[in-house]
Amino acid sequence: MPVASLSPSSSALTYLYIAAFSLFIFGIMQGTHPTTAKRGNAIAAVGMAIAVAATLLRSDIHNWGLIAVGLAVGTVVGVPAARNVKMTAMPQMVALFNGVGGGAAALISWAEFRHQLNLGGDIPLDILIPILFSMVIGSISFWGSNIAFGKLQEILPSRPILIPGQHIFNGLLLLAILAGCVTLSVDHASSPSQGLFIAVLVGAAVLGNLFVLPIGGADMPVVISLLNAFTGLAAAAAGFALDNVALIVAGTLVGSSGTILTVEMSRAMNRSIANLLFSGFGAPSAAAGPAEQRPYKSMGAQDAAIALAYADQVVIVPGYGMAVAQAQHAVKEMADALERKGVKVQYAIHPVAGRMPGHMNVLLAEADVPYEQLREMDEINPEMPQMDVAMVIGANDVTNPAAKDNADSPIYGMPIVEVDQARQAIVLKRSMSPGFAGIDNDLFYEDKTSMLFGDAKASVGEVAAALEDL
Amino acid sequence: MTLATEFVIFALAAFAGFNVISKVPATLHTPLMSQTNAIHGIVLLGGLIVIGASNDALDQVIGTIAIAFGTINIVGGFLVTDRMLGMFARKPKPPRGDEEK
Repeated sequence: MPVASLSPSSSALTYLYIAAFSLFIFGIMQGTHPTTAKRGNAIAAVGMAIAVAATLLRSDIHNWGLIAVGLAVGTVVGVPAARNVKMTAMPQMVALFNGVGGGAAALISWAEFRHQLNLGGDIPLDILIPILFSMVIGSISFWGSNIAFGKLQEILPSRPILIPGQHIFNGLLLLAILAGCVTLSVDHASSPSQGLFIAVLVGAAVLGNLFVLPIGGADMPVVISLLNAFTGLAAAAAGFALDNVALIVAGTLVGSSGTILTVEMSRAMNRSIANLLFSGFGAPSAAAGPAEQRPYKSMGAQDAAIALAYADQVVIVPGYGMAVAQAQHAVKEMADALERKGVKVQYAIHPVAGRMPGHMNVLLAEADVPYEQLREMDEINPEMPQMDVAMVIGANDVTNPAAKDNADSPIYGMPIVEVDQARQAIVLKRSMSPGFAGIDNDLFYEDKTSMLFGDAKASVGEVAAALEDL
Repeated sequence: MTLATEFVIFALAAFAGFNVISKVPATLHTPLMSQTNAIHGIVLLGGLIVIGASNDALDQVIGTIAIAFGTINIVGGFLVTDRMLGMFARKPKPPRGDEEK
């Protein structure tokens, strides 16, 4: 029934794969510029279509009914999920898509292991080792991504969950997994035990869970990026096991690019990846002692509107709270009202505001905020002292001056948007409860700061309405 | 392919990945992560290959689930990236005339 059938080792298949991964590379290159990124994504998708079609032409592909079922189920689940997800829930959606990719790699390794067992006897090490690698890494990625999803979706507590001795336990578990892999490899000439293989698979699943649970929700973007790289490497290892060049190239591309992205993200937080993964950052013990009551000022929407309307320059500092409240459109309307009054409005974007780099840009672009008004943190910080009002909307840790001047703070050294340098600060927040990392923010208690409590969208809407009446 | 050839390909692909990605504005990190996420959906090919070779019921179940997972990764990944980027694309709209096509 295939139109043409290609031998698994045919040159034609290889040429089609070369076309596919050239398109991947070109697509990623285009993805690095704002004007061409959308086209780049489409180009990479075309590459993927070619790779899948080419593989379906292989003469050794059977079980068409099951393949059709798998493709149909995947499409029926994936398309609506991608279409309907809210922009604010994007990070956890990427985590889920990443997880299923890792799960697929682990399942494929298991099936290939069983296939090799059925061939009888000796499994060559250059097939068995990639199988084990892909299985372990894929499984860690699947379960780790699910935990990351649970934390971001707030199904699980976003605070770090750290059991005493957990790092030691994780280390021992990793050693046990490695020992299991070595035993399987030593046995490769006889018949390696499938029971042990499944035990290692389960061990990797447990490790995937335990590895992500102690990491606070604020660090999840970096974890997702790391797991993205992991899944890429698992796919590449599956390519080694199945002797498939498209898998090797595409998986490795993602593995290396994902690693770079992970390093860039942790650099933006001024922390090493090791520190981020193993410190239990933001665990209750790290919070600054018992919650002392400190005095702060609060204001109403009316007062906020007056302060804003009589400013020359206003900078808006958005954070995850804006995303949660879906306040981006209301923010844009408020900014429009201010601009009609001759106030210059800009946005200060912290590289890790929200739950992923670029998260704020995506949301504000959705609300039609002009690209030129979005200023990167490093660019706008020197101008902060000239800002009459800095309006913080649902951002917390990324504005905490303790990162600059309190060496005991867990976030010491992290670059921040220097809201404390502005002439006046208005902070929109639900309550005085500490932020995602569980650290109290000194900014809220400063003399120049006024708190505007409530849901970000509702508060911004009230301020905008008050501006119209001025 | 020999193992050595496979490692040559691996090394070159790794360098390509490092170089291609190193000049990205932070703004595009989320979409780019999402796009590379879609690309590792290539693992779907592995599902097609293992199910193609199997006559065993359990293998077929495992393979079908793997294919479904890989498909979710691919279609979901590319669609979500497209939605994110659609929001950027609206902004710098040049005056009519040089639209695509």
